[in-house]
Amino acid sequence: MEYYLVVSAIMMFAGIYGFIVRRSLLGILISIELILNSVDINFMVFNRYLYPDQMEGFFFTLFAIGVSAAETAIAIAICINVYRNLHSINVKNLDEMKN
Amino acid sequence: MEMTLNEVVFYLLSTVIVVCSILTVTTTRILRSATYLLFVLFATAGLYFQMNYSFMGAVQLTVYAGGVIVLYVFSILLTSSPGGDKERPKRKYMFAGLSAVVVGALLSIYLILTHSFPASRYVAGEIDMKTIGQVLMGTEKYQYLLPFEAVSVLLLACIVGGILIARKR
Amino acid sequence: MEFTLYILILPLVSFLILGLVGYKMKPAVSGLLGSVLLGATTLLSYATAFFYFTAPRVDGAFAKLMPYNMKWLDFGGSLQFNLGILLDPISVMMLVVISTVSLMVHIYSMGYMRGEKGFQRYYAFLSLFTFSMLGLVLATNIFQMYLFWELVGVSSFLLIGFYYTKPEAVAASKKAFIVTRFADLGFLIGILLLSFYTGTFDFDKLCSCDPALFSGAIQASFLGYSVISVALALIFIGGAGKSAMFPLQIWLPDAMEGPTPVSALIHAATMVVAGVFLVARLFPVYNAFAPDVLHGIAYVGAFTSLFAAAIACVQTDIKRVLAFSTISQIGFMMVALGVSGMGTHEGTGYMAGMFHLFTHAMFKALLFLGAGAIIHAVHSNEMSNMGGLRKHLPVTHITFLIACLAISGIPPFSGFFSKDEILAASFSFSPLMGIAMSGIAGLTAFYMFRLYYKIFWGTPSEHKHTPHEAPALMTVPLIFLAVVTCVAGFIPFGEFVSSDGLIYEIHLDPTVAITSVLVACVAIGFATWMYKKGSNTMPDRLAITFSGLHTAASHRFYIDEVYLFITRKIIFDRISTPIAWFDRHIVDGFMNGISWSANRVAYLIRGFQSGNVQQYAYVFLIGTFLIVALALSQYINF
Repeated sequence: MEYYLVVSAIMMFAGIYGFIVRRSLLGILISIELILNSVDINFMVFNRYLYPDQMEGFFFTLFAIGVSAAETAIAIAICINVYRNLHSINVKNLDEMKN
Repeated sequence: MEMTLNEVVFYLLSTVIVVCSILTVTTTRILRSATYLLFVLFATAGLYFQMNYSFMGAVQLTVYAGGVIVLYVFSILLTSSPGGDKERPKRKYMFAGLSAVVVGALLSIYLILTHSFPASRYVAGEIDMKTIGQVLMGTEKYQYLLPFEAVSVLLLACIVGGILIARKR
Repeated sequence: MEFTLYILILPLVSFLILGLVGYKMKPAVSGLLGSVLLGATTLLSYATAFFYFTAPRVDGAFAKLMPYNMKWLDFGGSLQFNLGILLDPISVMMLVVISTVSLMVHIYSMGYMRGEKGFQRYYAFLSLFTFSMLGLVLATNIFQMYLFWELVGVSSFLLIGFYYTKPEAVAASKKAFIVTRFADLGFLIGILLLSFYTGTFDFDKLCSCDPALFSGAIQASFLGYSVISVALALIFIGGAGKSAMFPLQIWLPDAMEGPTPVSALIHAATMVVAGVFLVARLFPVYNAFAPDVLHGIAYVGAFTSLFAAAIACVQTDIKRVLAFSTISQIGFMMVALGVSGMGTHEGTGYMAGMFHLFTHAMFKALLFLGAGAIIHAVHSNEMSNMGGLRKHLPVTHITFLIACLAISGIPPFSGFFSKDEILAASFSFSPLMGIAMSGIAGLTAFYMFRLYYKIFWGTPSEHKHTPHEAPALMTVPLIFLAVVTCVAGFIPFGEFVSSDGLIYEIHLDPTVAITSVLVACVAIGFATWMYKKGSNTMPDRLAITFSGLHTAASHRFYIDEVYLFITRKIIFDRISTPIAWFDRHIVDGFMNGISWSANRVAYLIRGFQSGNVQQYAYVFLIGTFLIVALALSQYINF
């Protein structure tokens, strides 16, 4: 069971790395998907290995997938809108509202 | 060393997940990044199947691989200007992120491996659809009608919001 | 008389509507709305006067009515503030005066202010002023009066500074506000002293002059005077500020920077007589407990009157002349009150003062509105730019002449009757006072006709375009006021207003009347000889002969300079400068030091607030690691 967790930890930190170094909005979103996915794996693993007669982890994962899908849809809508207005989805350029 | 088929499959999937995750965040082309993410998600679904959560695996495949990735690919194609889709993170950021992440990963893995979890009680067996349906729709303790409804409202709000944001003015 | 409440409510509503949504209206609509609401107020005032004065008398006097008197603030004990409406002869008389003049000014302004920027704002302020002035005269207690007194001050400030882009107007409004405010300080202290010792604010109780109520105030002494004298003197200072008595008169001439109808309403007819009204309101108290103060008021009034009349003789700005004339006439009213006593015969002065207030309001408003029409025609305030206007402005000419005759005291115009009563009262006070006042009355006639001839006769000056008569909106109020001026003298005023409320039969003392008319005629003749032709060199020669006096008078006897010297050289340099230095270098320095260091720190940590979420996430991650590491080091012993 620990190996599952190790895999998900690596995935998680890959996501974090991407979140920090990526320079485009979509890249950051993809990194977030990685992070969420790793959390999902953790839920499932704990459910299966530690509390097999309950179903919390299962349903949390189910809802997390739903929520992340929703979040992705909204985020992508925002991305497209930003791109339409600024012709770039690079975070560096998203400082119009600063100053 | 004797290895069961289960373990072989697990190592295979793990390798795919680890390699593809790292490639997802290190590749310079965003479309490739999305493709690697797709592989990661496939492999995750595989893990679910392996754990006998075939329903969850199916959900993972349809929602993530089928829905979300398609959204990503479309939006990438819509927003990337031709030829300008390469991105090179600055070396300073790369170094900082890499060091932090490596430290964090090592810390977590160390913790995972040294922490004494409760005894593992692996019970094989599928959760049948009837149970899932009943638990999802029930209103008693450990039943999830309320979150279900909340998520449905959230999705509705998300549809409206998505239209509103992406609509051309 | 419950409807009297609407007299107050209507102008307030008008102010609120015009002030809040007036800018959306067309100017004409807002002017019409203000005028219609004020017209309704005027009708209500007339109805009040009619019902009040036709009501049966109680013991030969008109009853004091209080249709409203609600408790406003109750601090327990005897300290409570009421708001209400008090109707008695003088307040009803003031109602009629204020609403009439205000209505005339409203109508007139529709013509005069046409096309001005901020027309709606102007009407809003006019309504506010009318509201506060009406509230002032209807106040049931001295505290409510003070409240509206300050409101009047504020609205006057707003109206003087109406042309707020003009630096002179801004300076004038500030000057008016500061000077009157300064005087109001005296008023406030006086109120506090009076009510502390008597335990009441109500005019009703104060004017009953119950000895028990005032015993404390009489016995307590302050600087050798009884507290009641001090308190009443302080209250008079407040009144002197508003009524521009010497030495607080400096703001009134400058206040002429406001629009001319405003000068007519505020600085001739209504606000400046607030001080007179205040003294009249508290007259029984003054009379009973502090006759010395009353005499002091008379001397101050007489001096102011002479002083202002002398200045008025040499001013060249038409509105300034009228302003000094106003000061002088208010001095007359003050004299009348000051020399008056209580009772049927001794009360001549009181009655005369109120009568003069009434007639003066009418003819002075007429003069100002006429001046407005003239200024409208020639676009200048300076008399040298006028001359020979009688052909171009016939209506203005006739009405102006009527007003001049009235103010000079020529029968049968209203000014004659009231002024004559004042002179009679002065003579019965002391012959010296009577002679002095007669002389000032002659001076008044002289400068008014100097003004008249310089404007309407003399050599016509060059005009860019031919002056034309003002529109009907402006001439109708002039004609109305002129008619009132002609007939007001025949109102049996003594029946309505007198010191003890009993009917006072006005009878003309033939010697006094003949003397005053003679003096006025001589003065007018003198003015005619000097100024009618415009080619007479006499004025210049006189000016050279009495050059010292002339220069001093045209500089208003340097009172402004004295004030400036006192404030600037003594207060500012000796007291304020060190305080300012301390404030700037020590207090501000400390504060600046704090802000400077905050600035430096902020500059140093600005990099953290880049707005870059990824950077935040990174910092957050590092923090998480640190916490985890800390927790690990706690639980695990390496």
